[in-house]
Amino acid sequence: MTIKLSQNIAISETGFLFNPSTGESFTINAIGAHVIALLKEDLSNDEIIKRMSEEYEADVNEISRDFEEFLDSLKNNNLIDENE
Amino acid sequence: MEKKQYERPHIIKLNTGMPAKFGMMNDSFLMTHIEGIPVKDLINEHGSPLFVISEQVIRNTFRKAYKAFNTRYPKVQFAWSYKTNYLTAVSNIFHQEGAWAEVVSGFEYDKAIANGIDPKKIIFNGPGKSEEELITAANNGSLIHIDHPDELYQLINLAEATLQKPKVAIRVNMDTGIYPMWDRFGFNYENGQAWDALNKIMNSGKLELMGLHTHIGTFIMSANAYGIAAAKLAELTVGLYTKYNHTIKYLDLGGGFASKNTLKGSYLPGSDTNPGFDDYAEAISTALLNSPIKPENLPILVLETGRALIDDAAWLISSVIGNKRLPSGRRATIIDAGVNILFTSFWYQHQITPAQGHSQYREDTSLYGPLCMNIDCIRESVNLPQLNKGDKLVIHNVGAYNITQWMQFITLRPRVVLIDKDSQIRIIREREKLDNIQMQEQVPESLILHSDSVVFP
Repeated sequence: MTIKLSQNIAISETGFLFNPSTGESFTINAIGAHVIALLKEDLSNDEIIKRMSEEYEADVNEISRDFEEFLDSLKNNNLIDENE
Repeated sequence: MEKKQYERPHIIKLNTGMPAKFGMMNDSFLMTHIEGIPVKDLINEHGSPLFVISEQVIRNTFRKAYKAFNTRYPKVQFAWSYKTNYLTAVSNIFHQEGAWAEVVSGFEYDKAIANGIDPKKIIFNGPGKSEEELITAANNGSLIHIDHPDELYQLINLAEATLQKPKVAIRVNMDTGIYPMWDRFGFNYENGQAWDALNKIMNSGKLELMGLHTHIGTFIMSANAYGIAAAKLAELTVGLYTKYNHTIKYLDLGGGFASKNTLKGSYLPGSDTNPGFDDYAEAISTALLNSPIKPENLPILVLETGRALIDDAAWLISSVIGNKRLPSGRRATIIDAGVNILFTSFWYQHQITPAQGHSQYREDTSLYGPLCMNIDCIRESVNLPQLNKGDKLVIHNVGAYNITQWMQFITLRPRVVLIDKDSQIRIIREREKLDNIQMQEQVPESLILHSDSVVFP
């Protein structure tokens, strides 16, 4: 499954995220920013989890669980295109 | 290629508005070591959760408290409040520093005797002393603090029967301007009960009136209240001297001094706002020195403060069991220390710090214990970094009341270690085993299960 971020979301290198359609801004930690970057590449969820586990010192299950939760947070903040 | 350190991905919505007047409440600084010993090593060696007590902090705190009073008043005597923490190792540190024992039950009395305390240096407080306990205390020459009229008459009768002259004080309750006023212990000052009781003692001739005692409340945030209490006890002292030419040997101002903990509902941290020993000492000493008591008759000032002496000397280390997101969106973290061993989490917003490195991202988190009970909440909201399963947390200022009021509820109570003054780790209470609990029980023969007595369909 591939998740699509809402359109026009702007994200800075330091983890500052701005949603122009609502005017809301957010701050994201470094790993969160990395996940957003991967989402922008239109990678599948499984691919993102695989890449994360290659890069970070953590268990795949842990990464997968946290990734799902992070997607929930994005959804709750209207940052994900719900048409998927 | 070496992998990067992992942290949960996390997003926080930024809210615009007026910044908080007091800035960000940030109580989660890092604490990787306690007294120079890595938290991780302590857990690996002694299990999690774990109570850690510092001998050096106890001694430093005691000396600071003693100095605060001793530099202001000529005769000062501390008595260690057993109910606050009666682990023998802890009590004996205070006794080595010169503290007497202040006990409130026969159990505590026996414990103090077993610790090797001279019975004459035991103050026996509390509303529930049995006749047997009163006789023992009287025979030993301990200081019995009378709580109510029946106890007073009982002691007079015992004195007549045994021809002993028990050494006594009365406990006085009074209005010192604080709320709630503790009026259930002792004899009231304002309505004359206390003066009546003193007259009965003096007229009976059967008891040796040594002192006057008050204990105005607990976690008293106003040092001035102690000044009022000291002045009222001084009035009684002068009254006894005027009427009976009787000199009171000591005034016991009890305990109730605040520690550096933050009470629930407080806006500012207790470490910034609570009075220190100097504040209490100044109020009490000034009131006594300015009272009409003649300088040559100045009584010994006895203090029974417990919490302020031990709270800051102990930590509870705990491990993260798991994380979850509540339906409200709030993060919840479950740790392996519950309210059954951290009773004080009902009163305080305990300071909690992670014991391992983390990034600057934090989130308001509800911190729950491992008990299958809804009330098992260590902090409703605490600003913590991203925690992973297995991470360690240090809960601060847990020395008072937890180790005496803890409950063996669905789990076994953990080990308690002392970091001694040479930085050696000493086990001062072993973790409980199933046997410790089972050995107290007895099972009737008819209720013993045999392999053939349970039938599975």
